[in-house]
Amino acid sequence: MPDSAPSDTVNLPGNHACALGAIAAGCRFYAGYPITPSSEVAERMSVELPRVDGVFIQMEDEIASMGAIVGASMGGMKAMTATSGPGFSLKQENLGYAAGAEVPCVIVNVMRGGPSTGLPTRPAQADVMQARWGTHGDHPIVVITPDSVPEIYRETIRAFNISEQLRVPVIMLYDEALGHLIEPVRLSDSAEVEIANRKWASQPTPDFLPYASGDDLVPEMVRPGDGFRSHTTGLTHAESGFPTQEPELVDQYLQRILDKIDVHAELIERYEAIACDDADYLVVAFGITARAARRAIKQARDKGIRVGMFRPITLWPFPVKAFESLVAGKRGVLVAEMNAGQLITEIERYRPEGCSIEGLNRIDGETITPRQILNSIQELAGRE
Amino acid sequence: MSEPQKQFNIHDYLREYMFPHFLCPGCGHGIALRALLWAIDELDIDRDRLAFVSGIGCSGRLGAYIDANTFHVTHGRPLAFATGLKLARPDLEVIVITGDGDCLAIGGNHLIHACRRNLNITCMMLNNEVYGMTGGQVSPTTSSERYTTTTPYGNHEPVFDACALAEAAGASMVGRELTLQTPGLKDVLKAGLAHDGFSFIEVMSDCTEVFGRKNELGNSAEMVLTQKASVRPDFLVDAVDQPFRPHQIKTGVLAKKDRPEYAASWRNYVETMKRERDHA
Repeated sequence: MPDSAPSDTVNLPGNHACALGAIAAGCRFYAGYPITPSSEVAERMSVELPRVDGVFIQMEDEIASMGAIVGASMGGMKAMTATSGPGFSLKQENLGYAAGAEVPCVIVNVMRGGPSTGLPTRPAQADVMQARWGTHGDHPIVVITPDSVPEIYRETIRAFNISEQLRVPVIMLYDEALGHLIEPVRLSDSAEVEIANRKWASQPTPDFLPYASGDDLVPEMVRPGDGFRSHTTGLTHAESGFPTQEPELVDQYLQRILDKIDVHAELIERYEAIACDDADYLVVAFGITARAARRAIKQARDKGIRVGMFRPITLWPFPVKAFESLVAGKRGVLVAEMNAGQLITEIERYRPEGCSIEGLNRIDGETITPRQILNSIQELAGRE
Repeated sequence: MSEPQKQFNIHDYLREYMFPHFLCPGCGHGIALRALLWAIDELDIDRDRLAFVSGIGCSGRLGAYIDANTFHVTHGRPLAFATGLKLARPDLEVIVITGDGDCLAIGGNHLIHACRRNLNITCMMLNNEVYGMTGGQVSPTTSSERYTTTTPYGNHEPVFDACALAEAAGASMVGRELTLQTPGLKDVLKAGLAHDGFSFIEVMSDCTEVFGRKNELGNSAEMVLTQKASVRPDFLVDAVDQPFRPHQIKTGVLAKKDRPEYAASWRNYVETMKRERDHA
């Protein structure tokens, strides 16, 4: 992003940046339920939405707020909800519906410590796997994990664009520390924000199939009221939209909604690679931990250890190709994450021959410090 | 001079390519669907503007047979989805089709808050006293002593009065009718559809297959006649209790009050807020 004039730049907490990113992306419907540490997203949306003829509603529970945003999106509005661990667990039911019926929506999970009520006011990164596999069954999902307040703003816009274009729920996954961190954010002019909208089916014809798609594997969406009178269901359905148990049609449907993510990998995947080219070692970190890692790799380089960082911005699907090409020839990888070891299981799948993989984990409700990462890098390098 | 009334033809409203339907012989749900479509026909609502949201269970499957915008959502959540849909699209006529388990058990919280908010949604709850699709388990409306697959020694839990619940929670229109009284049911549903606010209509349906048979309630005709004996129709609602039994269930339009419709309230709020800001 180019340097900004001061007037465009405001100091915002991460949760407000998320709300403003959503508004900039064209979100006009928000349904939510209060939960620490995400409530500021709802509070800011309740201020902003009436100003843009949108709808804000605080629902009776997390399940209802997820249902309401899917309902609003089926009606044609871009919609979002925000929550944290316990609420994210409750969202999973209707999130699966959105994945299966292909209804665009954005779900923000401001991570706190768990399990259960856990640590409501402390950060964690322990929902890595829940974000990917929280709802039952094989399902497509996109998870984005920013590491700064400006990036929360920009990536929330991108989350909507991906969700609308691919008809897939997109999860914004960041932790309490980022949600409450205040940083300067340059707010984009509406003219410079790239906005993507869902494809609408235009003409109802007698043989119209609402879930048939072209090579992009994304069916055009049907707007109620436009004369299609079609059926939407969470049951496994044929291209007609009606339920089916025919093995061939079941397979065709499920394979398509999974494949559409792969087909659009370029649109979805985003990562940051720092000082990787000449590195012997890589640190893999995301979100708030990546900020500590950034300092740690500098300090390690000062000590003569050639180390770089791979930061997935799109966490799921994991940017496999990019990671595999960067990790090739490395002697060791350190995976730093504020959980007991979740992302590391994905990294281990791509371990090159002769490369050791170590985890640095913290589960006490505190962020991982640069010193901890530096120590782990030194251990990894010294072991050889 | 008024046009001669066009005859209601249910076939105009059905996706007949979805037939044969999956309801069991003797099930009352099809009659309820007929009454609902009849009411829609009499109100002459444009089918492209009709949006049906249904949950899970036998009731939830009815939507697929209606030639309109139909959304078959998750168990207990049709009112939550419908809330989002109606707020996003007030131009749509949003109708929820739900059952006693869907609406009162897993979806109970959504029901009471939908009643409180008073969005212009018509909620038709088909009460067959049982979880039919899963094989006949006890529900919040299963009568006392009844046998189900999960009350093998008879039901000992108290029963929900869905209409009393809806009215207490603030529903601005509440009604109840039997499938046996199809024209009466049509009229109650019509009143609900015409009402500008949240309407809750309980249809006393019957499940012959997995409920009636287990309780030796006879065939469908016998079941509905038993139902008929247990109700006090609306023209007798104010009659003295004798010779009517006090426990008789009331039918017809049971409550109707004027309360602000929520989608309109929200838009007023937005407009007022914008006006105040412009003047500031």
